Amino acid sequence: MTESIHTLQEFMLQTKGIIYILAIGYLIGFTCFWKFLHRRGNKEDVPAE
Amino acid sequence: MTTENTTAPVAIKRPLLTPFNVIAGIIILIGLPLTYLRFTGGLGAVSNLDNNNPWGFWIGFDLLTGVALAAGGYVTAAAVELFGKKEYHSAVRPAILTGFLGYSLVVFALLYDVGRPWRLPYPFFVSQGVTSIMFEVGACVALYLTVLFLEFSPAALEWLGAKKLRRVVVRLTIGLTILGVVLSTLHQSSLGAMYLIAPSKLHPLWYSPYLPIFFFVSSIAAGLSMVIFEGSLSYRNFSDIMDEDHRKNRNRVVLGFGKAASLVLAGYFAIKVFGVALGNHWHLLSTPYGLWFLVEMIGFILLPCFAYAIGVRDRNVKLIRWTALWTVLGIVLNRLNITLFTFNWQLPADQRYSPHWMEIGISVFVVTIGVVVFKFIVTHMPIFYEHPDYKEAH
Repeated sequence: MTESIHTLQEFMLQTKGIIYILAIGYLIGFTCFWKFLHRRGNKEDVPAE
Repeated sequence: MTTENTTAPVAIKRPLLTPFNVIAGIIILIGLPLTYLRFTGGLGAVSNLDNNNPWGFWIGFDLLTGVALAAGGYVTAAAVELFGKKEYHSAVRPAILTGFLGYSLVVFALLYDVGRPWRLPYPFFVSQGVTSIMFEVGACVALYLTVLFLEFSPAALEWLGAKKLRRVVVRLTIGLTILGVVLSTLHQSSLGAMYLIAPSKLHPLWYSPYLPIFFFVSSIAAGLSMVIFEGSLSYRNFSDIMDEDHRKNRNRVVLGFGKAASLVLAGYFAIKVFGVALGNHWHLLSTPYGLWFLVEMIGFILLPCFAYAIGVRDRNVKLIRWTALWTVLGIVLNRLNITLFTFNWQLPADQRYSPHWMEIGISVFVVTIGVVVFKFIVTHMPIFYEHPDYKEAH
């Protein structure tokens, strides 16, 4: 992955680009995770002892 | 807040010869001569620390892990006092007590770790060194320990019957909680920032400019998990002194904190991945250190995150409790990875630091002292029940 990097600008372009893609993927993934977590969001539904 | 069971814990007779007391007694009997050896023979008599490796197991376990696991105090106090989650009120006192004892033990352990412990007050009174991140850590820990003492003091004052003084301290609750959150945010992150000075010594997969953020976010997960873990242990051992409020709200606390821990771990995992991306260290993931990094990332962050989520969704309290222990172990592993396992990773194995058995023995001794003091306090002071004289005040 590092073979084509020769300058700081190329390094920043590559790492920042990957982070932006990861951030978008994370936001989509987190939305799905939130829905998964709250699928049974009944607050009163606390198990008894 | 209504209570039905207000039995004073002092009335409950507990047998002296229990397995816990015997084991704790043996550990303390071993720890005392080690303490004598440390303070008469110096650091070299009980540790493998030297000028090349001045920070070892005590910094990694007693300090970094101890501070992270004591984060339950500020997390719970903030949830209840600042965010209005009054349904978790019963968890505040146990969490504050755990935090107070945790930070007290950090300072107690520092007395062993610092070469000349009588100089601990020097950063405040003799040579401030305000440009050092260690000054900031020292100042915050000292101030936060004071805040935790004040936050804990209403329970002690109720026990002592000092009503007027208690009333004064209780009025400070909101201010103390805000101060506690500010100080914790500062020093939890600064503990990570201490390692920013060692980019060539710490393995690139663990080193990141985001280390302070990693430490702060992981401390929230550690604090939430410790409250769940400590709560389940307390219920097993002290359910006879708990009032109805604590018993009834127990599972509500577990579910609420489990959900919060799940979300925090999801965020923590993401920023750790961003850290790898920022350094462009993907190629290191296929090395032995990379595989160990993946064990921590997947085995102790991502899987507990999903285990918490499944537990919350299915209302599986047992799963959440086990996941809390799992997460606590993950935080311990992370702190030890940074301070021991991946520190000086480029050196040959024979030149690297490994802890002496007496270092580990002293740490076990310190933790045991903390557990014994915790047991004494919860069996004498109103931690798991409302004091009959102050029921209206809660």
